[in-house]
This record gives sequence, C-alpha cells and structure tokens, in this order.
Amino acid sequence: MAEIEGKGGKKGTPRVDLTPMVDLNFLLITFFMFTTTMSKPKAMQIQMPYKDEKLKEEEKSKIKKDAALTVLLSRDHRIYYYEGIGDDPNQAPDVKVTYFKDQGGIRDVIINKKKAINNLISQGVLKSTDKLTVLIKPDSTSTNGDLVNALDEMTINGVPVYAVVDITPVDLDFIKATEAANPAAQ
Amino acid sequence: MPKIKMPRKSTSIDMTAMCDFTLLLLTFFIMATKFKPEEPVVVNTPSSVSTDQIPEGFILITLDKTGRVFFSVDNLNAKKQIIDQINTDKNLGLTEEQKQSYVNGASIGVPFTMLASYLSATPAQQAELDKQAPGLPTDTTGNYDTNQLAYWITTARYYLDQGGRIAIKADADAKYPEIHKIIATLGALKIFRFNFITDMKGVPPGTALFDERHATAAK
Repeated sequence: MAEIEGKGGKKGTPRVDLTPMVDLNFLLITFFMFTTTMSKPKAMQIQMPYKDEKLKEEEKSKIKKDAALTVLLSRDHRIYYYEGIGDDPNQAPDVKVTYFKDQGGIRDVIINKKKAINNLISQGVLKSTDKLTVLIKPDSTSTNGDLVNALDEMTINGVPVYAVVDITPVDLDFIKATEAANPAAQ
Repeated sequence: MPKIKMPRKSTSIDMTAMCDFTLLLLTFFIMATKFKPEEPVVVNTPSSVSTDQIPEGFILITLDKTGRVFFSVDNLNAKKQIIDQINTDKNLGLTEEQKQSYVNGASIGVPFTMLASYLSATPAQQAELDKQAPGLPTDTTGNYDTNQLAYWITTARYYLDQGGRIAIKADADAKYPEIHKIIATLGALKIFRFNFITDMKGVPPGTALFDERHATAAK
C-alpha cells in the first residue's frame, strides 16, 4: 500500500512514458519527408516542329545557312556536326566529331558558333534578327539519352531556335565519310 | 546539519506535448505524400537541367531499354471510362473484374489480343508478366489498327480533363528509332508539346543558362 501511495495515490492520473512514442513518430516523419521530396522527378518540356506537308518547303528556306549548325547524333554517344544545313551537293561541309563534355565538347562548339554569328551580325553579313539555328538529327544508332542531352545543351547554351529533324541519306553519307577518313577514331 | 533538503526532482519531461506535435507533423507528411506509381519496368531516365514539375493528370508513356512501350493514366475515374470505351470498340468482352483490374493496375504493355488474359492475372502475376510483355504495338503512323499506342492516347485524351498532358519516361539507353516511334505517333495525333521525365542535374557554370538563372536570382 505504501508504495502505491508514494506514486501518487489512487486518485493520481496514470502516467505513461511517451518518449518511445515520440521516437517512433520522428522516425515516421523522417521516412515520409524523404519519400515526398524524392518521388518528384523533373520534366523537360519539348516542343516539336509543327508537321504539315504544305508548310515544309517554306520552313526550310527560312533557315539561313550562316546561322545554322547541324548536329548529327550517332553511335557510342558520338556527335558529328557541321556548319550550315548541308544542302549544297557540290560542296560537302566540313564534318567534325565531338562528344558530350563539359569542356571542349559540343558546348564549346555552340558557344563559338554563337560568337561567330554575333561577329557576322556586326559585320553586316547577317541581319540582327537572324538567330542561331541548331538542327538535331539523331541517327538510328543514337540513344534517347543522346537526344535528351542534346536538347539539354540547347537549354544550357540558350540556343534560340532548335529542332529535332529526321536524318537524311546525305547526312548518313557524311558520317560514313568522316568515319572512313578517321579510322583511328573508331 | 542544515534542515533544507534539496527535493529530488525527476529528470523526466512531460512528453505529451512533444508527442502531439510530432503526430501533427506526421499527419501532414502522410497527407502530402504521394507515392511513386508502380513501375512496370526499370527505367533509367536521362538527366537534364530542367526544373519544371510534371503536369498534373498526365498520360505516362514508358519506354524501356529494349524498346517496349507501356501506357498508363493515373486518373482513376478516367481509367474506368477508358477501359469501357476500349472494351466496346475492340469487342474484347472484358468482365467487370477485368475492368476493375485495369483501374487498379499500373500500366498496360500488352496488345489488345492479350489484354483479357493479362487483366485476369493477379497484381503479382501482372508484375511478372510485365517482364516478358511485348509492349504496345507502335509505329510511326497514326493508324489505330497497327499503332495501338495512338489508340490508347486518343481514347485517354478524350476522357481526361484538359486533354491530358503527355509525359514520356524513356530509358537513356533506348535506341533513337524507338523514341522516334513515340514522337512520330504523337506528331500524327497533332501533339507537338510534351514532356520528357528526367532526373535533375546542375547547371554548369559559365554557360548562358547559368548566367540567366543567377541574374534572376539576384533580382
């Protein structure tokens, strides 16, 4: 009897130690906090060129050769690129190879191209309304990751106009010719 | 001997208030959590610098490494209507249980011919079936007979509010022709704006976007 009364008597409120309960709650809170923040992947918005058979020819002629850069995505995450849109059959463009890299990769190519266009505008060769236009042409050996990376580079470098277009047989020949010319690169 | 005795005080603190508080927080987080929808296949998404959120009530097209296409919608009311419509259109003769199985399930990666048997399976069996599922038949046209993805999208967009935004979750190692099929399908349906689901990566310093983001942050 004496012991029970020492703990507050019969009328006293029964006390439960809530510390383990609090511990458990914090554990659950931590779990839910992590799941809420972690399960939010990001989305990258894509606007594909409006495809209408009638519009095609007009659209093509709008791209100025000096302001254009064509990027061909190929196997092993390789990027072939050349200036212009490669529509002159007599004069093959100078096709170069690069990769997705932070330094010395496709990013520097785009930055340099932007600078070159600004120079041409100040020289009066191009009008001030002309903007860098990048044509992305993935071939059948490139991956979805390459495409997303390429589109991402456009966002990173603030390329005003870019489009994903189907690769042409001419472009495939360019890739073949470049590979043949540089057997060491393979 | 001094008569004053220090009272023996217990060091234990009343935890009731603390417990209330933590439960409040816990409730908040339980309410705020939206669990990841079940994934039919493992998809290793590429990363981009984009910080956009995925639009609500979207149509998810999943493309795995081998080029299989899965289709899912997360709006349960719309799902019921979609499966009813498809059942009628394609004369699949689905039972109510099979329809309910579609509504509860995650995504569809089988052609219409296999749909009935797929929906009869238990969720655990479906997960197993997804590993060998051939994926939705897809090509570059908008033809509903050969391109079943186009059919699913059209039906789903009809029943979704605001037309339903399209999100593509494609594996980084998927070959371009596979992703091109999906993009071409969307193009044939006159959908030119859609989202790629990506992981986040940092903006490399010294680039145009980096300058732009920091300029707006400074303002």
